Amino acid sequence: MTAAPFRLGLIGSPNSGKTTLFNALTGLRSRVGNYPGVTVERREGRLQLGGGPGNRGGVVIDLPGTYSLDPISADEAVVLDVLEGRIDDVPPPDALVVVADACSLERSLLLVGDVLRRGLPACLVITMMDELRARGGELDLARLEAAVGVPVVGVIGHRGLGLERLRELIGAPEDWSRPPIPPPADRLERAGWADSVVSHVVTTRAGHNDVTEAIDRVVLHPVAGTVLFAAVMVTFFQLIFAWATPAMDFIDGAVTSLATAARGATGPGLLGDFLTEGVIAGVGAVVIFLPQIVLLFGLLSLLEDVGYMARAAFVVDRAMGRIGLEGRAFVALLSSYACAVPGIMATRTIPSPRDRLVTILVAPLMTCSARLPVYALLVGAFVPAETVWGPIGLQGLVLLGLYVLGALAALTVAAVLARTLLPGEGLPFTMELPSYRWPTPSLWASQVWSSAKAFLARAGSIILLVSIALWFLLTFPRVEPPAELDEASAASYALEHSAAGQLGHALEPAIAPLGFDWKIGVGLVASLAAREVIVATLAQIYAAADEESSLRDAVRNDVDPNTGEKVFGLPTVASLLVFFVFALQCMSTLAIMRRETNSWRWPAFAFSYLLVLAYGASFVTYRLVAWLSPVGGAA
Amino acid sequence: MKTKFNFTTGAQPGEDCALSDLAPGQSGQVLEVDTSVAAGRRLLDLGFLPSTTLHVLRRAPLRDPVVYELRGYRVCLRRADAARVRVRVQLADEDDA
Repeated sequence: MTAAPFRLGLIGSPNSGKTTLFNALTGLRSRVGNYPGVTVERREGRLQLGGGPGNRGGVVIDLPGTYSLDPISADEAVVLDVLEGRIDDVPPPDALVVVADACSLERSLLLVGDVLRRGLPACLVITMMDELRARGGELDLARLEAAVGVPVVGVIGHRGLGLERLRELIGAPEDWSRPPIPPPADRLERAGWADSVVSHVVTTRAGHNDVTEAIDRVVLHPVAGTVLFAAVMVTFFQLIFAWATPAMDFIDGAVTSLATAARGATGPGLLGDFLTEGVIAGVGAVVIFLPQIVLLFGLLSLLEDVGYMARAAFVVDRAMGRIGLEGRAFVALLSSYACAVPGIMATRTIPSPRDRLVTILVAPLMTCSARLPVYALLVGAFVPAETVWGPIGLQGLVLLGLYVLGALAALTVAAVLARTLLPGEGLPFTMELPSYRWPTPSLWASQVWSSAKAFLARAGSIILLVSIALWFLLTFPRVEPPAELDEASAASYALEHSAAGQLGHALEPAIAPLGFDWKIGVGLVASLAAREVIVATLAQIYAAADEESSLRDAVRNDVDPNTGEKVFGLPTVASLLVFFVFALQCMSTLAIMRRETNSWRWPAFAFSYLLVLAYGASFVTYRLVAWLSPVGGAA
Repeated sequence: MKTKFNFTTGAQPGEDCALSDLAPGQSGQVLEVDTSVAAGRRLLDLGFLPSTTLHVLRRAPLRDPVVYELRGYRVCLRRADAARVRVRVQLADEDDA
């Protein structure tokens, strides 16, 4: 009868199947935000009860996964604060669905009891009934209902079993039974309550999960497990460097033919220039990474779905502990090799706020796929394609060196930040090792699709806007070049007098110590939106055709008209590469940092410290390489 | 009967020791948990409660952390946190009761 919508809270421990249930109840349409003051994700969705009569609208609140209502960090306090209505703008739930995993009922009941004793109307959902049965366990749900005193529904979330019953139940929370005597408030007494419930309702105990045991014997074996871990890492990088190439070449070809077609349709002139150089070349330079993104996300979410990621975190935890982080931070940093955005989102699995923040701040140092085209251009143009040993080439070694430099920088900065920035008592490291599971193909596909969609949306919005803006800046104001210049020099003259050219010149005093001229300056400004934009920018500046080889030749042969020296000497190239290892040139990363840390303070900090690092490292590199290389040393 | 000598622990069945001193394959019953710090309270929430029986499954390749099985699930702890739990060592097959 009230105007406010009915609010249903979902509460349960991590890995209880709570999120699957949330998706099933809301049809995946959720609103994601943050709770004020903490970095805890706030998810709410509209309750989808189906078309039955008497169903009213409602809101489902996905409360953060928790083992306890006795918080030991500010982040954990959120659950209790929501339940008790202590957060502004977040009305407390009217009723709760407590989610517990059938296999770990003995532990889950500790939380269930703590929730039930607080008196909100509640029902209990038991998930993973299928795994319990597969392990030979039997659970009497009717007896469980009698023992805990609230309605109980068993569901198999990913197959949708039991959801009908649950929806009916949710439709009428006023009919829910309440426990005659609430579970005890004292923790140890409540443990006794939980044990006695379990002994009443678990008719046959589940055995070990033999399959998981057998797999773990190999996956976590000191030798075999380490070898497997290394193999997964090699596969991972193989995906980035080799297996994505055919699809990327295909997209490259498609972009080139699209540009040719657009040029054919418009003929010569400004409109044609705008479409081909501004829009198609700019966006095409980014869309080309789609295959890498899809393959990497595909692999990462597959490893997560089958249960390997927790094992990988387990294997590397000790090494990560050395630098003051934990195993799950490694998984987040690994994802950052694809892109810092999903990497930063993956830090949500890290319970300790300090570890989360440190991981978020160093994630941009991991070599994301957007740096690859920059590295590929410069290394391809200036590092000789010599063979060092066997199949190993010099170019590959330099590329590997850049990846290693980024990773070392990330680990060093993490170690420093963990010791200085937010010292203090950390949370204990605890992590569940879930049973291995076959992935659900449809769920997996939808995860990969949504990340591909997010990436394309970025290309269609930020990158498109920057490309268009850049084209205008490079084209206007139009200055008539002196008549005696040939065609190429005339184009270069017009460019130098454009708005972007003037901006580049204005920047020159600041970047000259790094060995950068005004053209690189324009590229750097443009790359603040996204790193890979510098390639598109240089392509526009050198008015090169879309084929990479011609841009490569153009940068290789560019000569400074005043000094007669090559613009890209070896010191400059090395300095620029190092700059890209460190600098945080990515608006999407800053935006996701803002969302995940709930303030502009941390993205501003990350941007500044990485800019200082980039400038310092580039300066040192430039001087060092100039000193080491022969006088007048052109590459 | 083959006697296995364990380099990492001298804990014998019936003796009391820290959870971190149990070797993989051994079982123990929780006696008490040091709850003087928040980390200890979290261990209680995870089910490391007095009289709970647990089993040490395996160590990570770098010997830390360690996976424990208790209350129907598997959880891993670092040795430093496991040291907060005192256990009574059980005979190898006592946990299969």
